[in-house]
Amino acid sequence: MKARGVLLAVLGVALLLDASCKRQPGTEQSLFPASNEVAGWVKTGETRTFEAADLWRYIDGEAERYLKAGAQRVSTADYKFENKVDAVVDIYTMGNAPGAEKIFKSEPAVDVKPIQVGDEARLSSQSLVFRKGTFLVRIVAFEESTETQQALLQLGHGVELRLARR
Amino acid sequence: MSVMRSTSRRDFLKKCVTGAAVLGASGRVGLLAAAEEGAALAKSRVVIARDAMLRGTGTTVDSRRMLTLLDRAMQAFFDRDNPNETWKKLVRPGERVGLKVNVLGGRGLSSNLQLVEAICERLQEAGIKASDIVVWDRDSDEMEHVGFHVATGGNRVQCFGTDRVDYEQELVMHGSVGSRLSKILTQRCDVLINVPVLKDHDGAGVTIALKNMYGVIHNPNKYHPNGCNPYIADLNMLPEIRTKMRLTICDATTASYEGGPGYKPEYSWKNNGLMVSQDPVALDYTSWQIIERKRAEKGLKTLEGDKRAPHYIATAADAQHRLGTNDPRRIAVVEV
Repeated sequence: MKARGVLLAVLGVALLLDASCKRQPGTEQSLFPASNEVAGWVKTGETRTFEAADLWRYIDGEAERYLKAGAQRVSTADYKFENKVDAVVDIYTMGNAPGAEKIFKSEPAVDVKPIQVGDEARLSSQSLVFRKGTFLVRIVAFEESTETQQALLQLGHGVELRLARR
Repeated sequence: MSVMRSTSRRDFLKKCVTGAAVLGASGRVGLLAAAEEGAALAKSRVVIARDAMLRGTGTTVDSRRMLTLLDRAMQAFFDRDNPNETWKKLVRPGERVGLKVNVLGGRGLSSNLQLVEAICERLQEAGIKASDIVVWDRDSDEMEHVGFHVATGGNRVQCFGTDRVDYEQELVMHGSVGSRLSKILTQRCDVLINVPVLKDHDGAGVTIALKNMYGVIHNPNKYHPNGCNPYIADLNMLPEIRTKMRLTICDATTASYEGGPGYKPEYSWKNNGLMVSQDPVALDYTSWQIIERKRAEKGLKTLEGDKRAPHYIATAADAQHRLGTNDPRRIAVVEV
């Protein structure tokens, strides 16, 4: 009986540890557009989620800035556009909207242009960053082409639609 | 390479260093005095090699040009006319060589695959067995995510993260640092070649050679307060790091001046260069100035103005650490 109790306790701790590291809750999965939900974009990887305590495992060195602004977790997934452009979508869930705004405003608007996505957005040749409510979204493309900016914008709108359903 | 053909590399470098000393001298100091002063003060050499056509007309680094660029940087650093001679000055057959890469920035801002391949090629030509070379960082998945192929066993270059072998149980300590070291460092490497990336860092100001050692310990997240100072310097004092570290080859092909250490294309630039030094402090100091110049070009505040100047570099150079020099008068920057 005692051994069974110990076993259950160990199992419980293991489950808790696992949950704190790379949880993939359905709610976080649903933030990301499915393959071809946005024309040309295919989701190429599983959604990975890092809770606040493990944010450093994903963004070591930047985690403190996000935690100070009230980050609760980040979920990330890889995408590919028309088999040419690889990209990653990071969705930070902050404690409140001012937290998302704080992160957004802390980044200088260099080589970017404001654009209408979510509450506020910036677009560069290879990235789109926007905030919407308690979310801060960063989409980064790894290749630059004539189509990249427009493709990023479309994927951004796809994410925005998903966030609006929350 | 073309600039090297008409004269020997040794002569060329002498001219470069002498020229730097003359440029740094005030008007009242004569040529001879300047040369003597340069000889007395220039203790640490930092070689910067660039190739504007490193990517050809595309966006991917060309492997052949990368190898040539590496050769140019190494030959300049070791003052040799033949690439193989340079590597034989660095390593001996039978030694196990670890290449500590940096993949934390993810795709776009991690140690370049073509650079690592070029280093491995030259190491093997210098007599290091493929299986005695290990390319590593903290996590195998992160390495695969940026394009490295995890490989363990067999007669090939080894490539994996500390997650495959774990950290030592015993804590090692110096000053403010108490950490468990990667078993890759303690059990698989006789020699360490540091292959960091030229990056801005939100907390530390910059992250280049010295800070890349955060990837060899189990608890780097504990050492970010106060701009990572004095943690970075203390960490680099650990004998297991200090005695094995033989060279830094900084990947400055793509660099960031803001928003680091993660990859943010809007704050990155294609620098198409490499930096080589055996003094990590001098390399970090020189790299910091490059980042400051880019920040100024983009109209951003200095890192000091942004309240995140990398004070850990001075700490690494102080009397308690002596890991290298941050005195520009004692750094010979050689551009080739």
